[in-house]
Amino acid sequence: MTPTEIRTTYLEELVAIAPDLDADTVGDNDHIQTDLALDSMDVLNLVTALHDRLGVNIPEGDYPQIATVALAVDYLGRMIALKSKG
Amino acid sequence: MPSLGSDMESAVLAEWLVQPGDTVTRGDVIAVVETQKGAIEIEVYESGTVTELTARVGTELPVGAPLAVIAAEREDAAEPEGKSQAPAAETPVAKAPEAPPMGGLPPGGLPPGGIAASPAARVRAQALGVDLAALTGSGPGGAVVLADVEAAAPAPAPEPEKPRRRGLDLDEMRKAIANAMSRANREIPHFHLSQTFDLTPAADFLTAHNAGKPPAERLLMAALYLRAAVGAARAVPELNGWYEDGFRPSDTVNIGLAVALRGGGLVAPALIGAEAMDLAQIMAGMRDLVSRARAGRLRNSEMTQGTLTVSALGETGPEAMAGVIFPPQVALLGIGAPQLRPWVVDGQVIPRQVLTVTLAADHRVADGRIAAGFLTEFISLVSAPERL
Repeated sequence: MTPTEIRTTYLEELVAIAPDLDADTVGDNDHIQTDLALDSMDVLNLVTALHDRLGVNIPEGDYPQIATVALAVDYLGRMIALKSKG
Repeated sequence: MPSLGSDMESAVLAEWLVQPGDTVTRGDVIAVVETQKGAIEIEVYESGTVTELTARVGTELPVGAPLAVIAAEREDAAEPEGKSQAPAAETPVAKAPEAPPMGGLPPGGLPPGGIAASPAARVRAQALGVDLAALTGSGPGGAVVLADVEAAAPAPAPEPEKPRRRGLDLDEMRKAIANAMSRANREIPHFHLSQTFDLTPAADFLTAHNAGKPPAERLLMAALYLRAAVGAARAVPELNGWYEDGFRPSDTVNIGLAVALRGGGLVAPALIGAEAMDLAQIMAGMRDLVSRARAGRLRNSEMTQGTLTVSALGETGPEAMAGVIFPPQVALLGIGAPQLRPWVVDGQVIPRQVLTVTLAADHRVADGRIAAGFLTEFISLVSAPERL
């Protein structure tokens, strides 16, 4: 899965949770809680959706690593690569 | 049109989900209405067969206006007068008979020997041949107002449909919140009790519970709060119910949850029958309620049957909240955001995550002792989460 595909998936799920957001205007370094005002329920729903879509089970301790688009693309890319290596 | 809150005067019928001839069972969702608080699904309070949809989609209807006619499954033996023209016991639906009569009569009720109605409503009722006694008033104190009479009048000709309100109108929601909270501050003699306690046992419990679990099975701290509030409401039934002409305790705990909507606004739907739910079920119910609140798909029972509400500020932010009670409830538990503070544990001062909870209670039904009992039970449950 390419970084672009991961980015698209992440943004699709983010906008599904917060429909008032526009995927085109979400900045790479916008923090989902402090900048985009997601609450803990929204974050859990995002993590759940990413688990379903990408097969990556993000532990609670790693939530900070998906807190922006840039961080998430990097983190999810590494986790998907790890998974495919078995 | 059922009342969906003390602040509601009318709503626009957005969609019928049944047709004449359909069989419905009490609790079925039969229609969707647009209110100041967004779209609400209307559940039917009778079982039977839909014979007529009297309200048209797109029309604004005052609280109490008939929406549809349902032929009951059996003759209503309790009908006091012979209704020779009625083929069966026909009941206007969705009158919310068991919901607390929000926006209903003030203490004192009807003026002696008369029907509360505005002068304009009386004149119009006479002109249209409408029986005021048959109407449910939507005005102050349940008085029949002009709009009630006009809604009840046989429509002379199809009127041009009002433009249908779509989605959530934040200005309207702000008005609804203002009305409900003004009523609360006008009628309820609030008092507040606060206590701060160490949240570490709950946080540790949550971390251990969630470790290794897939996201769908994880718990949020808010689920612990809700479960503990349900336990406290069971232990202190004096604060779980509704105040109408006096306090009516509830057998069930329909725990209300204040949900902030993106872009502004607030709704406080209830998790019905939460006393029978374990922690996982509370979490699932809360997830469902929050997602439907944000999607505008709450049900009327969830909007009207809450018995005690919890409002939590989330993970970061202010440390305490002294809230306003949602009438006709008599208590609201305000939960601040956890804060890192110096705390005394076994004689040593050490940094701890602490939580401040503030109970708003109604002095018409309780005093400080009862409210303190609620807080004590809540804190003891959150502090020993394995008991939840």
